[in-house]
Amino acid sequence: MPGPAIEIENLTKDYPSGFLETKKVRSLDGLTMQVQPGEVFGFLGPNGAGKSTTIKLLMRIIFPTAGSARILGKPISDIGMHGGIGYLPEQPYFYDYLTAAELLDYFARIHELPPALRRERVAQMLKRVGLETAGKIQLRKYSKGMLQRVGLAQAILHDPQLVVLDEPMSGLDPIGRREVRDIILELKEQGKTVFFSTHILPDAETLCDRVAVIVGGKLQGVGKPDEIVGVKSQGVEILCDYALQDGARPAVLANAMQSGSHYRLQVSDEMLYATLDQLREAGARIVTVTQIKPTLEEYFMHLVAANRAQAAAVEVSGK
Amino acid sequence: MKCIAIVAWNTFREAVRDRVLYNLVLFAFLMMAAAIFVGQISIGIEGTVIISLGLTAISVIGLLIAVFLGVGLVSKEMEKRTLYAILAKPVRRWQFLLGKFGGLALTLAVNTLAMGAALILVLLYVKHSLQPSDAGVLVAVYFIWLKLALVVALALLFSCFTSPLLAILFTAGLYVAGLFVEDMRTVHTAQMSEAFQSFLHRISYLLPNFQNFDVMGEVAHGRGVPLVLALQNTAYATIYCAMVIFAAILIFSRHNLK
Amino acid sequence: MNESKSTAAWLLAALVFGFAGIWQLQHRIDVERAALHQEEDEILLRSGRLMKILSLEYAPFVATIYWTRAVQYYGNKRVHEDVNLESLWPLLDVATTLDPNLIPPYRFGSTFLAEPQPQGAGRPDLAIKLLDRGIRANPDYWRLYQDLGYAYYFGTKDYQKASNAFLEGSKNPHAPVWMKIMAARIAEQGESRETSRFLWMEIYNSTKDPMLKENAKIQLMLLRSDDDKDRIDELAAAFQVKTGHPPANMRELVEAGLLPGEPADPKGFVYVFGKDGKAQLNPASPLYKDLPIYRRPL
Repeated sequence: MPGPAIEIENLTKDYPSGFLETKKVRSLDGLTMQVQPGEVFGFLGPNGAGKSTTIKLLMRIIFPTAGSARILGKPISDIGMHGGIGYLPEQPYFYDYLTAAELLDYFARIHELPPALRRERVAQMLKRVGLETAGKIQLRKYSKGMLQRVGLAQAILHDPQLVVLDEPMSGLDPIGRREVRDIILELKEQGKTVFFSTHILPDAETLCDRVAVIVGGKLQGVGKPDEIVGVKSQGVEILCDYALQDGARPAVLANAMQSGSHYRLQVSDEMLYATLDQLREAGARIVTVTQIKPTLEEYFMHLVAANRAQAAAVEVSGK
Repeated sequence: MKCIAIVAWNTFREAVRDRVLYNLVLFAFLMMAAAIFVGQISIGIEGTVIISLGLTAISVIGLLIAVFLGVGLVSKEMEKRTLYAILAKPVRRWQFLLGKFGGLALTLAVNTLAMGAALILVLLYVKHSLQPSDAGVLVAVYFIWLKLALVVALALLFSCFTSPLLAILFTAGLYVAGLFVEDMRTVHTAQMSEAFQSFLHRISYLLPNFQNFDVMGEVAHGRGVPLVLALQNTAYATIYCAMVIFAAILIFSRHNLK
Repeated sequence: MNESKSTAAWLLAALVFGFAGIWQLQHRIDVERAALHQEEDEILLRSGRLMKILSLEYAPFVATIYWTRAVQYYGNKRVHEDVNLESLWPLLDVATTLDPNLIPPYRFGSTFLAEPQPQGAGRPDLAIKLLDRGIRANPDYWRLYQDLGYAYYFGTKDYQKASNAFLEGSKNPHAPVWMKIMAARIAEQGESRETSRFLWMEIYNSTKDPMLKENAKIQLMLLRSDDDKDRIDELAAAFQVKTGHPPANMRELVEAGLLPGEPADPKGFVYVFGKDGKAQLNPASPLYKDLPIYRRPL
């Protein structure tokens, strides 16, 4: 059984700040967590929480003040291990003057893919991210969304075991987001590990096996999305269609919210089936039945508010 | 090791697509104009004028490319963040730096060689025949390339830890200082103390000595350049470049990107 | 649509008038500045040492620029018949400081610095200074010794030094035989018309520089006219003896049967008699303008 795909131990990062750069701002404080192989792991937090910092530390773009990390069992200082990682930076930017095909070819060479395989993979990747027709156009003509796709392509070009994506959905339209989600799920099916950061919570909820929430540089919680917000259900919401017959609502719809002929009402779990029977008897047509749970978003907002209260004292002077 | 070549080739391609080689068109025009007018301006010294004009142009154009593109080698990548994706690949930072240096050195070699060839052609046109001493022109062009490589190394070093503007200023400053190294050794005025003089003398050996590569006077007047000097200069440039690049690697390896 | 067309029309008109105004204004400014124009403005920097520093490693190239400028300067002055050549020395000084191995400035300078106005700057001392520098830097170029000899002979009229210069030059294996001969003759005789003629003939035949060639030609013509004048004076003396009074013009000499026709200078202008009764160049002759100023009759 292989070890964790990513192991982070007490990872800390201070940035110098202030007029003469004598003060320090702690952007990551003692992060400890693990990502297991084969899972899709979401790294959540508001802007400036330390998500990008963590990823950059893992990729050796910046260096830790304290702590350590291992990827695929090797320390992050082992650059050779990068052959097994794919990375999509936040707001990616590549060489203007290259075409997408040339850029991917360049990266493929760096990954030491043999020529035949190179050509094949480059073509495959372009197709996969929907840039088949734009492959020969220079990158400086690309829109932000197209650059994001190229970024994704170069991240999975060499078939890595671990894929690290920094805000993969940013800049994409809904179609693009759907495509990225599909790719992530495909990667999971292939047994890859996907670690991505985002502040778009619904995506995380639907995609991730587990999530970690980070606010103000500190880890707030790790676990399945359900576990984080608590399993307690707050009931069920029923949406139904009802045509008023003689101006009066049936008793069951007394407290429902109405818009046109649609009615929306909430009932507890226990009352669900009884309510459904009543609605059926009244002649209403059931449209949807949805469970009401606290969302990740609510949990999030709560956390952020709590953190802001401490925000004033976040600066740590250099010790 | 192959990584270095891959990065180098990509750097070369970047420079070419960035239309840096268009400067050759400018140079060609300059040389053609010179060829046409030199006879009217200076009788009997056509060869001398063409050679000194040509070498000056090659050097100045080359320097502009070396300084501005050299500073951009790293700073542009850091600013535009093209570096992020690369650093996550199995490329070590020192390999990346060497590749960037190699790519620009290659670009400059192609550029300088093309200009040198054009200069020889114009010389032939103006003098109607070439003497063996005219081979000195090629040596002078080679020396210019050595000088440019050293300037690129310096630009690379400075761009690793200062802003692009400061990097340009420092690099240009060191180039100018490097042209007066010998004067530093010989200058003494009444106001200067012994200690300062010997300090200046010592510093003068550490600074990059760009005067070593200056053979324009010799070549323009048809005097030869000794082979020994060519070998010595090659060694000097190689060693000095290596030292500067080592320093750059040292700094860049520990540098936190934004 | 019409509005944007009329805006465009107004803008265009404004541009046209604006530039017309600028054009006119610039003419006025040029006139003003010409009035302010000083000789010093001709040369940006007169210090050879400073220019050497500023030229970085491009000194030989900057030297050719100064040299080109010197030639243009001289040519320009001659065209406008301006005898003030005081910027010639600084231009040549900087050029040779920047590249001591550039020969043409030395050769050009030796002639046009040494010769009296209007042909030159009338500063043989500067010519000699320039040539000393040239000889130091290019000891194998024997023609510089030749030029040095000329500067002493024609310029400072120091015949001993001139002889020494020719002697030194003659030691060079490439130097022609006449150098040694001239050295001896000048040491012996000092200045003579034959020697002068020979020297100018030598330059005329050997130089490729059109300005130097033209200059030598003029000098030869002046020497020729000196011969003519001497001859005329002899005939005038004979006329005096015959008629008891000096001739008023060349006509009278012809009528007296002393000459077959009216004698003219190499440019074709008939000689005249000056107030002192001696023959001289016709003031209308272009050759008259080429006479050194101090030799022009009052």
